[in-house]
Amino acid sequence: MSIEFLIASAIGVFAGAGVYLLLRARTFDVILGLTLISYAVNVLIFAMGRVRIGMAPIVAPDRAPSLASYADPLPQALVLTAIVISFAMTAVLLAIAIAARAATGTDHVDGVECGAAQRDAGDAADDAGARQR
Amino acid sequence: MIWSHWIIVPIVLPLLAGGLILLLDRTRPWAVRVLSLAATSALLVVDIGLLIHAARGGVDAYLLGNWPAPYGIALALDRLSALMLVLTAVVAIAGLLYACRDEDERGAHFHALFQFQLMGLNGAFLTADLFNLFVFFEVLLIASYGLLLHGGGATRLRSAIHYVAFNLTGSALFLIAVAVLYGITGTLNMADLARKVPSLAGTEAVLAQSAGLLLLVVFSVKAALLPLYFWLPDAYAAAAAPVSALFAIMTKVGVYAIARVYTLVFGTTAGAAAHLATPWLVWLALATLGLAAIGVVAAVRLRALAAYLVVASAGTLLLALGLATQRTVAAGLFYLIPSTLVAAALFLLIDGVSRARADNNDRIGAQAWHRPRGTLAFTYFVCAISVAALPPLGGFLGKVQLLAAASDTPLQAWVWGLVLVSGLAVVVGLSRAGSAVFWKAPDGDGAHLRAAPAQYFSLGILLMCLVAVSVLAQPLARYTNATADQLFAPQAYIDAVLGKQPVAPAWNPREGMVK
Repeated sequence: MSIEFLIASAIGVFAGAGVYLLLRARTFDVILGLTLISYAVNVLIFAMGRVRIGMAPIVAPDRAPSLASYADPLPQALVLTAIVISFAMTAVLLAIAIAARAATGTDHVDGVECGAAQRDAGDAADDAGARQR
Repeated sequence: MIWSHWIIVPIVLPLLAGGLILLLDRTRPWAVRVLSLAATSALLVVDIGLLIHAARGGVDAYLLGNWPAPYGIALALDRLSALMLVLTAVVAIAGLLYACRDEDERGAHFHALFQFQLMGLNGAFLTADLFNLFVFFEVLLIASYGLLLHGGGATRLRSAIHYVAFNLTGSALFLIAVAVLYGITGTLNMADLARKVPSLAGTEAVLAQSAGLLLLVVFSVKAALLPLYFWLPDAYAAAAAPVSALFAIMTKVGVYAIARVYTLVFGTTAGAAAHLATPWLVWLALATLGLAAIGVVAAVRLRALAAYLVVASAGTLLLALGLATQRTVAAGLFYLIPSTLVAAALFLLIDGVSRARADNNDRIGAQAWHRPRGTLAFTYFVCAISVAALPPLGGFLGKVQLLAAASDTPLQAWVWGLVLVSGLAVVVGLSRAGSAVFWKAPDGDGAHLRAAPAQYFSLGILLMCLVAVSVLAQPLARYTNATADQLFAPQAYIDAVLGKQPVAPAWNPREGMVK
């Protein structure tokens, strides 16, 4: 099995699991799903610099100064930026999810448990929100 | 060149102002307000200077860190960027003035977040690098998450979860598209991409096209195109009024990105990938327009009405871009100006209406008023005329240009039909809401009270700008026509960005001072 096949399947498994979790109705599942998707994306960006084994992205004196003896440093810089941003975004979403859980009493992504009273509760919350404003 | 460093001012100024405001926050609320207003006013002045400069027709590139393009990140200023910058600053000043009445004290860090949002918006309009565009999208998004939650409450939290999750997924797709484009072309500079995409062949061309269409999905999330706009009415209706007013420019970021990428990288010169987005854009934009018109008629709250009007204006703009002739794009860019201004004005106005009504909400119905309604009713009337595209205000001039331009295209019947029918639906929705809220409602107690001047002042700015769009229609139309010409001749942009030479260093570490 080649390393390319392993990386491609890892990206696929991360993305598939992430999409499944993203489509669930609980905020915690959604956050986990987004995290998995961001892992898949990060590995994809990394792989887009081509998979090269044993190559450093930094110029070293004992290596020939040609492109053949180095890995592409740019995707590694991009992936670093992407990791930092997705980390911050996950933290923000977690904070919002916890606050929403406290304010609405449920971890459903719509802020209301599924059921018959859903519409009424939603309208009542809208009115409450309008009054607060 | 005296102009060369001014390009970065719209990004650095809000960043520094936001940082300073963070230091002063909570201890000196008045200093924060003054600083925030001063920074935004200075931003408007700089933006107008850049607009006058860009109106001469050149494209200016700015190399960040003095790295030559395409190795470093470049900024570029052309007519379209300058127009968006000025529009952003005008809407921001109006929103900020309105917020200084009392809204900014209902939560922490309003002014700092506002400045960071401006930084993200300006950066997105100026950058010439696809990954940098992603970064500025994230800057404006993370500020917008904070602003959306400003003031707190369960409604805002509920809509924030949808908004954040949706945009995070969009960001993941953006990164996938960027990574694939980099993997194929080895560059992320948009000018360099424009040079390399036409020469791709075989599977590489197919991959580049799928990445291009993935970008369309991402930009459609921002621009509120049909299957991806459902987050918008909730989020815009839940946010505080000055925030919604600023968000009126956020859908235009998506429109701007579509206009930029699908004329420059995947435009007429892109070989196999030419006109990549247009077959999708036209039909989705038409459907968006139709559904938004239904939303306007069906709205039970004024805020939802205004949010669907934003969606309708986004649909019209994307239709103009999708028809992809020079004249339709020019008409769309003209329509962009009044539609943004009026959306911002409507959100501020609706907040004024709900404050002046006895039960303090924005339901469309005959609730009693406890403050005088004359000025609000007049403002609503002016806004309604502009947003429904009735003469003599700017929205009408934009739509007439669009219909005239669309008559040369094979889709004339569809465009005329849907634009006119949706226009009628908007008129019906607006008059129904207006007559219920302003005419049928009885007077409550306190009809002698007056509204705060800050509210009228910020609304007045936006209304004056709306009138100015009509009065100055000819020079504005000349400008938007020239902008469309510039968009359809991307070679000037490519030459300006790639041909920009780094500044010669005044200091050489080995030899000391050069001069």
